[in-house]
Amino acid sequence: MAMKIHDNISMSLAKPDDLVLSLKLKWATGAASIGLGLLILALANIQLPQSNIILIISMLLLSFGVILFSHALYRNHISSNKNNGIWYNSITSRGLQGWMLGLVLTSFYIVLYFYPNLLGLGLNGQENTGLIHLFDALSLNLNGHNATQWFVYGTLYTLAILLFGYKFMLKYQKNRYQQLRTLSVMFFQLGFAFLIPELMSKLNSESSQLPYYDLKNIWPLNYAQFEQGRVDGFLNGSSLGMLLLAFSILSVFVISPILTYKYGKRWYCSWVCGCGGLAETAGDSFRHLSSKTLKSWKVERWLIHVVLVFVILMTVAVISTYLETDALQYWLTRDAFLVLIGALLTVVFSLTMIFKRKELAQDAQYAAIGFFVLILSLLGFHFFSIGSELFFIDAETLRSSYGFFIGSIFSGVIGVGMYPILGSRVWCRFGCPMAAVLGFQQRLFSKFRITTNGGQCISCGNCSTFCEMGIDVRAYAQKGENIVRSSCVGCGICADVCPRGVLKLENVSIIEGLNFPKIRKETKE
Amino acid sequence: MSEEHVIIIGNGISGITVARHIRKLSDKKITVISNESNYFFSRTALMYIYMGHMKFENTKPYEDWFWEKNNIELKLGSVQSVDALSKTVCLGNDESISYDKLIIASGSKPIKIGWPGQDLIGVQGFYHLEDLHALEKNAPDNIKCKRAVIVGGGLIGIELAEMLQSRHIPVTLLVRENSFWNTTLTDGESAMLNRHITAQGIDLRLGVSLKEIHGDNLGNVKSVTILETKEEIQCNLVALTIGVTPNVDFLADSTIAINRGVLTNRYFETSVKDIYAIGDCAEQQLPIENRNTIEATWYTGRIMGQTLANTICGNKTEYNPGHWFNSAKFMDIEYQTYGIVNVQPAENHSHFYWKHDDDTMSLTFEYNKNSGEFQGINSLGIRLRHEVIDRWLNEKRDLEYVLHHLNKANFDAEFSRKYEKEIFNLYKSKVEL
Repeated sequence: MAMKIHDNISMSLAKPDDLVLSLKLKWATGAASIGLGLLILALANIQLPQSNIILIISMLLLSFGVILFSHALYRNHISSNKNNGIWYNSITSRGLQGWMLGLVLTSFYIVLYFYPNLLGLGLNGQENTGLIHLFDALSLNLNGHNATQWFVYGTLYTLAILLFGYKFMLKYQKNRYQQLRTLSVMFFQLGFAFLIPELMSKLNSESSQLPYYDLKNIWPLNYAQFEQGRVDGFLNGSSLGMLLLAFSILSVFVISPILTYKYGKRWYCSWVCGCGGLAETAGDSFRHLSSKTLKSWKVERWLIHVVLVFVILMTVAVISTYLETDALQYWLTRDAFLVLIGALLTVVFSLTMIFKRKELAQDAQYAAIGFFVLILSLLGFHFFSIGSELFFIDAETLRSSYGFFIGSIFSGVIGVGMYPILGSRVWCRFGCPMAAVLGFQQRLFSKFRITTNGGQCISCGNCSTFCEMGIDVRAYAQKGENIVRSSCVGCGICADVCPRGVLKLENVSIIEGLNFPKIRKETKE
Repeated sequence: MSEEHVIIIGNGISGITVARHIRKLSDKKITVISNESNYFFSRTALMYIYMGHMKFENTKPYEDWFWEKNNIELKLGSVQSVDALSKTVCLGNDESISYDKLIIASGSKPIKIGWPGQDLIGVQGFYHLEDLHALEKNAPDNIKCKRAVIVGGGLIGIELAEMLQSRHIPVTLLVRENSFWNTTLTDGESAMLNRHITAQGIDLRLGVSLKEIHGDNLGNVKSVTILETKEEIQCNLVALTIGVTPNVDFLADSTIAINRGVLTNRYFETSVKDIYAIGDCAEQQLPIENRNTIEATWYTGRIMGQTLANTICGNKTEYNPGHWFNSAKFMDIEYQTYGIVNVQPAENHSHFYWKHDDDTMSLTFEYNKNSGEFQGINSLGIRLRHEVIDRWLNEKRDLEYVLHHLNKANFDAEFSRKYEKEIFNLYKSKVEL
């Protein structure tokens, strides 16, 4: 996704600097194109000799291209010029190129999820061919197996975060918050999402089979975390397995609430998470495309919470099923589990209503609806379950439809495929249940906020324009209000692009932090 | 009794703020008349449209449905005159509308001082929405516009320089003063900006003014001559940005008292009953503390609008803008100011000045030499917390207290490098001398 600088550069009149610049950009684009071309050749199943060397050459060319490109654009730039021409560039302003890129990306995801054989995945024990075969040697080295479509995807995903992360760091070179945050997502992607699971998988032997996965990928984003196979793996994996199970439960109920209380949901969404990582790096050029209308905010709140209710239901259904059908294997009975979940939901709901009812205002009704849907479903699971059939819904059907509609279509095909059309955080904003949980915590008991600097706002709207989550930051800033919004991922770009020093992300003391109006009213302001 | 009709002339920040706040407080009939745009947009963001950071859509702080939903009528039209006797305003198309209360918030217009050639094609100011469209025509790229000459070393001039540079158009900036913006900034600050502007590739000419603009046979700008050096500079765009003046010509025949702007008291009442004026076009009869009688800044427009809405709705409120503050951006260097920092320290005052080695950051504190009382601060390249500085000014803190607690006033992004210690040490070393 090469970005051109403004179209109006004239060769004849340009300063020597500009000539060097455009030469660099040509070289960069050329190198990256050849690198990408090699992958496409492999995809087209053209037999390439020495596939491992071809892969290395392709990756090197891609890296060289992106790095040179970033240097040419941002090495000596004025920092306030970093978004010059972004609305004139076809690829970053929903022009023809933007739509084409969107089409390519969505097609890639559809093939990846549903037709991996087209990428060259060997079915029924056959050898890999095409693109996937290109990655066999690398995969063998890392995890001891031939490549799968997921290995190919993981490698390219990681490469994208590293390379575009580098570009991002150059673009925001004067802002240390951006630098550190980006280093962090690069580290978590390379280490936790990519290398550690592969090495864990290599360490597994016949006798000890531990689930290997991205340890920072927390439920409910990682919706498969408590499925039977995974949980059995933990339970059979001796003390390390128990530790991992404990960690994954603690992550949900203890670790993430504490970190969100202290730092806001940004600790995850823009410092750790892989989805956020890709959005912030490769997606940075599309952040301004998010819709800022009140209407899209309404859609966002409905959609993301429906997904949250869905994932809770699905997970509870799946767990209850195996607790019931294989009752002897687990110390927890299905009914005890349902009571536990019901009690937990009731406690959270009651506390919220007791302490935060006023602030939630109209949202309280929606929260109540969500709560009662969940409780009724739990009751349903308890009274109307026969074997794997829960409340007349098959848990497996629930699981597979969640995996299909949310896990694949929403987070992948739309979430990333639509970067050039809907902006870079479509999934995080409209779909991610983890973001919904953390956002709930952020809104209700976090020290994090965006502070507005007194009366300095000039309503220019840079903050709102470049908010990838579609928050109308200006609406608060121009009134001198601080910003506490559940969707804010704390990327800090609003503060960076502000030309008057009006915005600052900070963690303030809890009393100060919660004592101001938060909800933008729709009428009469 | 039907509700009063309030007509507001001008849909800028002042006019729109007063309209919004009247609506919050009452059910009066509100009509906002503008000859510039259908909807309120942020003038301060026009530069970002040209630079491609934003679309016009992004500059509108409220979505289009907002106005109807809040029952604020927006009218596109040019007010030709105001008849205070019959309480009507006349629009260009012979339409006249009667009001119960009239608020004039017609803003500013660029100053032109009668240079030869100032009406040639390719000569323009940069203030209104139509100026943006003109610029897009006059200077779309560096093929059509091989060089631009900007006349005037003010805030709009430097913004234009940044804008034109974003399209790789070479810029010559003519500044009458011997150093950039040294009518407001101290020598050290101004000198740092001279270096910064030059380093960005701007051809900065200090101590010069425009003599004449030359055109070709077709009436297009071709060059300018500098008064002091007689040098002729070839160019395709001349931007006149030596300042703005209240946009009040349409009131010339009315009975409303006008000096440079519409004269008002601290309640924004003009010489005529039921007519008020706020924003850039208003002129205070008596200056408020050290403030100018005409304030053409965004936030004063906002405060004036808010204040007047109270008065209009029956809660008579005096204009009370508090301590002076302002902000700007010079290419890549942000500027903030709070309280009073004079170019040369006032009598009994002194400056404490710190500049970072990298030549992109500085702080200037003005304080009373005898009492030590902190008077104000200029900041370049460092963001300061408005609330904290304002409190210190109210509490009449002395300079040492301010320097000792300076970290409390830092508003830079998290993990930014901090210089409070360095600044405090510099202060200590000066005191000990």
